[in-house]
Amino acid sequence: MTQTQALVRSKTYRLRPNTAALLAPAILLLVVFTQIPFVLTLYYSFRRFNLLNPERQGFVGLENFHSHLTDPIFWTAVQNTLVLVGSVLVITVLMGLALAVLFYQDFPGRGLARTLAISPFFVMPVVSALIWKNMLMHPVYGLFAWLAQRLGQEPIDWLAAYPMQSIVLMVSWQWTPFAMLLILTGLQSLSKEQLEAAKIDGANAWQEFRYIIVPHLAQTLSVVVMLETIFLLTIFAEIYASTSGGPGLATTTLPYLIYLKAFGEYRIGVAAAGAVFAVILANIVAIFVLRLIGRNLQGGRT
Amino acid sequence: MRLWKFFALALATGSLALAQTTITIATVNNPDMIVMQKLTPEFEKANPGIKVNWVVLPENELRQKLTTDIATNAGSFDILTIGTYEAPIWGKNGWLVELKDLPATYDLEDIIKPVRAGLSYQGRLYALPFYAESSMLYYRKDLFAARGLTMPAQPTWNQVINWARTLHNPRGGVYGICLRGLPGWGENMAFISTLVNTYGGRWFDENWRPQLTSPEWKRAIGVYVDLVTRYGPPGVTGNGYTENLTLMAEGKCAMWVDATVAAGYLANPKTSKVADKIGFAKAPVAVTPNGSHWLWSWALAIPRSSKKVEAAKTFILWATSKDYIALVGRTQGWVSAPPGTRYSTYNNPEYQRAAPFAKVVLDSINTADPTKPTAKPVPYTGVQFVGIPEFQAIGTQVGQFIAGIVARRTSLDAGLAQAQAAVEKIMKEAGYLR
Repeated sequence: MTQTQALVRSKTYRLRPNTAALLAPAILLLVVFTQIPFVLTLYYSFRRFNLLNPERQGFVGLENFHSHLTDPIFWTAVQNTLVLVGSVLVITVLMGLALAVLFYQDFPGRGLARTLAISPFFVMPVVSALIWKNMLMHPVYGLFAWLAQRLGQEPIDWLAAYPMQSIVLMVSWQWTPFAMLLILTGLQSLSKEQLEAAKIDGANAWQEFRYIIVPHLAQTLSVVVMLETIFLLTIFAEIYASTSGGPGLATTTLPYLIYLKAFGEYRIGVAAAGAVFAVILANIVAIFVLRLIGRNLQGGRT
Repeated sequence: MRLWKFFALALATGSLALAQTTITIATVNNPDMIVMQKLTPEFEKANPGIKVNWVVLPENELRQKLTTDIATNAGSFDILTIGTYEAPIWGKNGWLVELKDLPATYDLEDIIKPVRAGLSYQGRLYALPFYAESSMLYYRKDLFAARGLTMPAQPTWNQVINWARTLHNPRGGVYGICLRGLPGWGENMAFISTLVNTYGGRWFDENWRPQLTSPEWKRAIGVYVDLVTRYGPPGVTGNGYTENLTLMAEGKCAMWVDATVAAGYLANPKTSKVADKIGFAKAPVAVTPNGSHWLWSWALAIPRSSKKVEAAKTFILWATSKDYIALVGRTQGWVSAPPGTRYSTYNNPEYQRAAPFAKVVLDSINTADPTKPTAKPVPYTGVQFVGIPEFQAIGTQVGQFIAGIVARRTSLDAGLAQAQAAVEKIMKEAGYLR
């Protein structure tokens, strides 16, 4: 076992000199497709470029960045982004973990149940947002309003009264299956013998979960958190289709703010500066979250 | 070899088809434009050299697509559907083909004056009106009669508030008043601007200083928030023009103040459950009639980037002509004829008979003056908008803040103070303020 592993490793890692030349086209393509847009974004972030006002253009130094940093709307957007990502992460990981442990058990119809549980992830975000908005949460035509009326309650205008909570709910509904799927895969690599041994030693279900399953899933969980953080930081369609960032600024996140600057106000320079901030924020969040997760899970293992 | 011959043949027939000019029109998905699209075969029959290709989008998407297209000179379209906000600004930027030397049969003098002025910049015409609208008050005659209320020729906002209180009956499925609440400069802010105007407020003073924390704004927004939260349907901040039109046509509103163009839809028994019960009155006033009702026109323009200007012009002249209006009258019924563009439509006895709202609409359009939108002097033109490129940003942001007040996320004073700060920032960065 260890011998073959060593063999594989030595083979893959010892690159011959000419492999660099063979790799070059692929790497070049990657650079062209990922780095050129970013360089252009950087370039525009230093320019005044309002599509509607072609007369006033040119380099303005850090003015676009300054415009964001002195704007209370920008800080609200950063805060909203963090609240959205944080809440969805906590909900989806906990729900995903619970569902994964549930679907890991043997029961009749498990295959079908698993497929159904995963299906929300395959609904397009805009479609899911419109269904939530018009068929479920609408205060006149929605299912929730109908239920509330049946129970003799006043219907709630969800998107006006609890906008951020509604968005968190929609996004969590969509992303819980993703967490569940990855965690379930992780669970399947857990050896049954270990669980049986724990049972023989007299561990109850909670102890089994806490001291065997969770530590075993450490790596899977950090992958889930990392991937979800990357995707959730760019959540846009749900907000665009349901609340349009409002009411007020309640659901204006950083991606939505950038969209507003670019396509609501046609200020490409300011939008580009916002995008640069979004990249910085994504990096900070990623480093922070991964450190936190890594430490906690390692602590749990020892 | 055979395959090659086949390709050559295909290419040859392809180039034959190309002898025909194809023009691409971008337009908004309003009912009147859908009719235009349906009637296009008539145009193609009369002009066999021209084929028409349609791109139909909702208003917001259309605006984004057209603005980015024209500002970057991409040239994807030959005809653009734009409004009285865009036409002068884009004309000034040199993005549109000036429309001059029109044939005498077109009868340019027949176009309603304020509409024509709204589509011009410094006397040069940049778009021809497809339909035009002002705003007015729709009300339910049956509900008013049941309560012994009468509608005067010119209602006031105080009266409207009282009527809304009296007629509000949510258990009976009727809300006192429906008003726009969906944020956006062309949605809630169009209506709110007219309300602020008639309460004596203005967007900017003579030196471009924003006036959003003035007593007039506070009073107008206070009235608005009270009306929609006490006597409006639930979910007001999600209701734009289309949603309110549906609510009104379903019989769920006792009153509605909105675009005159809705009249044709509401008075048509095919589309409205309350067609025989709808009454029409002028938009309510408060302290001044100036700017109490708006002026808007959806119009057709040709971008400079188009390479088929002549064919595009032929189509525009057809779609905005007297003959086109008559064609719609004949095929769709006169009640659906494109309103607000030509004096001749309103002098037509057939239209007068089919459209009980004709007089109110014509009066409203004739008295809406974009050059004097408020009681106090202002440095801008436009009743329900400010004719500067920055207004889309300003209107959209302020619209969000007001929706925030309606949803009780901020107080009235705090919301308006935030809006004022946001507008000041935009105006400073755009160089209007130091």
